[in-house]
Parts: sequence; structure tokens; C-alpha cells
Amino acid sequence: MLTLQEILETVNMVQEENLDIRTITMGISLRDCSDPSPLSARRKIYDKIVRLAGNLVKTGENIEREYGLPIVNKRISVTPLAIVAESSNTDNFVDFARTLDEAAAAVGVNFIGGFSALVHKGFTNADHKLIDSIPAALASTSRVCSSVNVATNKAGINMDAVYRMGQAIKKTAELTADHDGLGCAKLVVFANVPEDNPFMAGAFHGIGEPECVINVGVSGPGVVKKAVETAGNCDFGVLAETIKKTAFKITRMGELVGRTAARKLNVPFGIVDISLAPTPAIGDSVAEILESMGLERCGTHGTTAALALLNDAVKKGGAMASSYVGGLSGAFIPVSEDAGMIRAVEAGSLTLDKLEAMTCVCSVGLDMIAVPGDTSAETIAAIIADEIAIGVINKKTTAVRLIPAVNKKVGDYVEYGGLLGRAPVIPVKPFSSAAFVCRGGRIPAPISSLTN
Amino acid sequence: MLSKLKKEEPKGNRIIVTVLGPDKVGIIAGVAQVLSANKINILDISQTILQEFLVMVMVADMSESTSDMIELKEKLAEKGREIGVRIDAQHEDVFKFMHRI
Repeated sequence: MLTLQEILETVNMVQEENLDIRTITMGISLRDCSDPSPLSARRKIYDKIVRLAGNLVKTGENIEREYGLPIVNKRISVTPLAIVAESSNTDNFVDFARTLDEAAAAVGVNFIGGFSALVHKGFTNADHKLIDSIPAALASTSRVCSSVNVATNKAGINMDAVYRMGQAIKKTAELTADHDGLGCAKLVVFANVPEDNPFMAGAFHGIGEPECVINVGVSGPGVVKKAVETAGNCDFGVLAETIKKTAFKITRMGELVGRTAARKLNVPFGIVDISLAPTPAIGDSVAEILESMGLERCGTHGTTAALALLNDAVKKGGAMASSYVGGLSGAFIPVSEDAGMIRAVEAGSLTLDKLEAMTCVCSVGLDMIAVPGDTSAETIAAIIADEIAIGVINKKTTAVRLIPAVNKKVGDYVEYGGLLGRAPVIPVKPFSSAAFVCRGGRIPAPISSLTN
Repeated sequence: MLSKLKKEEPKGNRIIVTVLGPDKVGIIAGVAQVLSANKINILDISQTILQEFLVMVMVADMSESTSDMIELKEKLAEKGREIGVRIDAQHEDVFKFMHRI
């Protein structure tokens, strides 16, 4: 039944076009680890993670070799820590982050997500403590990722949380200035955050999730780009069809790996996240897919339409290929992690405003964007507020992962290497938003009829 | 070519070995030698020349194999380096999952 062409197509996708499984993420509930004694709580957390995820990396590596598919990351997401640590008698949540870091190191995963709080309607005491600890937690750990949900379309936007996250991002950048504000690459502010997202830095194990679960994130911008190039000068119907078919094939690999991993680890299979996730590798770029559709540079007029077509076709193909699609499931447009996006910023084609417009039609938001070091916390909060408003009004997930580049200005770079890449510092508007973001309170939930 | 083999179904143990590289003497013999040394039965061979490169695909059955997939891939890769071609093996499920609903 299999033809030579089909076999070669698969082999080429893996060997030439960077098809990989971006992450196998084990979600672990820590709800049973609460304890009045912070020390006991931390011991329970450590023990549970090591017990459940002890074989995660080894199993991932075995699947990788057995199927010949690269599995780039093995990761863990846990219950939002503000919930777990809530009953402990302590103000010091940084120690909880250190415990997560130690557990992640012990099982050999590169990131653990869940130093998180859900504050879309308001703060509990623990939420306050957690958000206060974020800068120090990210500065004193290497594997912990943090996220805060500040809005939903049912609750509106908690503008107090937005402002505090602006301050937290600023502080995190200062505390990790030696590493170009690396802490900010591990901190995401969300609207409508999904509970089963396997991708960092926004992954956590939601409160509606089971005890333990395997979620998988696929990748493959390189494969889609090649397919678009091969399709040549076709009309939009054929173009969308080509992308759909390609997304189907990519997602099938995620489904296969996810189910196999779940079976081998004896854990339920959760979802495949069908997001197109770029890497700095040559050709593995979402921007280059858009350019191969006929745009001279990503960011020019037509980019939003091209991205809308791409994102929708990927969802249609991916949804057919997996029994459970979830997480973020859209195209990612992180600037630092995508060589084509970096080029577009350097060429002056891609700006913060255009990136914001693009997030209206794809997941997930303003991602891995470096802004000048002298950008105020209020301006950062205002950028967050804009992006979050897009998510709330359009009933979708949006997120912000900004990096204030301490002591750097437009034209300079922040450099991380690896999957996080490098980002040119992008200009922000010089006019103040302070009086707006400092008002405090919540922006009410939007009306769901009258949809224009 | 490969289709007729579908009927006899030793399920779960079939692999697909792919060889890519410049055509030369002894490629099939080299791969077959590794497979037979590990008691892996070759079910089908199919090959073609694409832009002066040999593309060979073998379907094989690992149910009696003395190595596991990971060891086999290492042995095949080593043989590939010796001959000067790229040899890879993947579980058949990868291809079936991608191309068949």
C-alpha cells in the first residue's frame, strides 16, 4: 500500500525539512501536595514529580530512536503553583520555584511550567505572593517557567494584574540583565489561557485536567514551506488545500508519538497541539512560509491575510489528523525564534504594530519581542493590555512575552542561542500610557452579541 | 511493489529501511548482511535512481530479530558510513500513520 514516493516524502520531511516533535509534555497535578508546612509541601511536590516523570526523558528518547523522529524537548507542566502553595504558611514562594527547578533537573527535563496564577477576576493571597515572587524565582532558577492569566472573555480584563505584570516583567529583566533578560523569556501573560498547552513558557496543568497526562506539540514550518514552494503559483484554494494536507501529515506524527508515549508511560493521552512552532534553524520559519506565498518580506501589506489563511488551513488539516486537538493550536510568531521574522524586523518591514495585527488571526500573541531597556513598566502594561483586549474581544487565547533589553536601545540585540534565538530591539511608541493603565480595576467582560 | 506484502501481517514488527546515496557496488549486500546477522527477514526491496542518487527502500520483519530497533539503527548507520551512503530504519507505523487514514 505504501508507495516509494510516500516513504521518501516522510524521510525527506524528517531529514531535510526539520519535521520534529517539538515537545512531549507531561502534565502532573500537584493538588494533593498542599501542606501547611511549606517544607512538607515542597517535599511532596518534589517526590511526586520525580515519581511520575522519572522515565519521561528515557521514554521520549526511546520513541525518538524507534520511530526515527526527533523529539526535541521533554517537559513537565504542573498545577498553577499559587493553588498548590496557597495553604502553606509562608510568604516565600521563591523556594517553591527552586523545588520545581530541582525536580526538573532530577528527571532531566529542560523546562517545567506552572509557576503560575489565574487572576482574571481577582487575586487570592497566594496569587499576590506568587506574582511578587516571579522576578526572584525566574532569576534564581534555570528551568522554571511562569505564566499568569489576567483575562478571559467571561471575566473581562483584570487591569490591576496587567499593571503588576508590567512591573514584574520589568523587574525580571533587571534581575536577569546579565543574561539579556533571559528571565522574561520564561514569563508569559495570558488571556483565555488553555489548560492543556504543552508549549513553554506558557504550559501549566489546568485544574480540570486528570492526575497525570501526556500532551504533545508538533512542529514543522519547514515542511509547510516546502509544500507551499512546491505548489508554485497556484490559486488560494489550491494553496489552502496544500497546507491542509501537509498539516494533516505533520499532526499524524504528533498523534503517533503522543499515543505511544502515553502507552509506554501508562498515563492517559491528552491532546496534540498542532501549532506551527518555528525554530532559528534555516528554513524552519513561519515568516518564510508567508514569504513563499508571495510576500517580499514578512510584515508587508498582505501579511495578516496570508497568516490567516495559513493558520486556518493548519487547523483544518490538523483537526482531521488527531482525535484530540488542544493547547494553543495555531501558528506561533515569536520574533527571536524565527530567522525570517528577525530579518523582517531588521529590514523595517515588521513592526510591533504589525505583529499585534497578526496576532488577531493566529495564536498566540506578542512573543519573544525585545523592547528598549528604558521602556517603562506602564508602557509594557499598556502593550499587554492591547494584546489581551484582542484575545478577550475575539474569544481567543492571546499572550505577551516581552523582553525589556536592559541598557539596550533600538538596533541592539538580545542573544540567547538555542531554540530561544536572538532578537533585535524593536521600537515602542514614545508617548505615555501611564494615566490609563494606572486607573486600576477591571475592564468588564465584553458583550457576546452585536459582533461587529 | 510494496503493496502485495500487506496481506501477511506480522503486526507491529515491520520496519522500513531507507538507503540514500551515490549508487555503487555492494549496497544491497551490505544492508542485507546487517539484517541477516540480526535475524531480520527482508520482505521486499524496491529501488530507483533519483538525480544520480540511489534510493532504496526495504521492508523487513523484526519479529525474530536479535537486536532491538535502537541497536539496529546504530548498526545500519555504521554500515552506511562504511559504504558511504545514508541508511536509516523506521518503524512502519510512522509511514502508515502519516499516509493512511
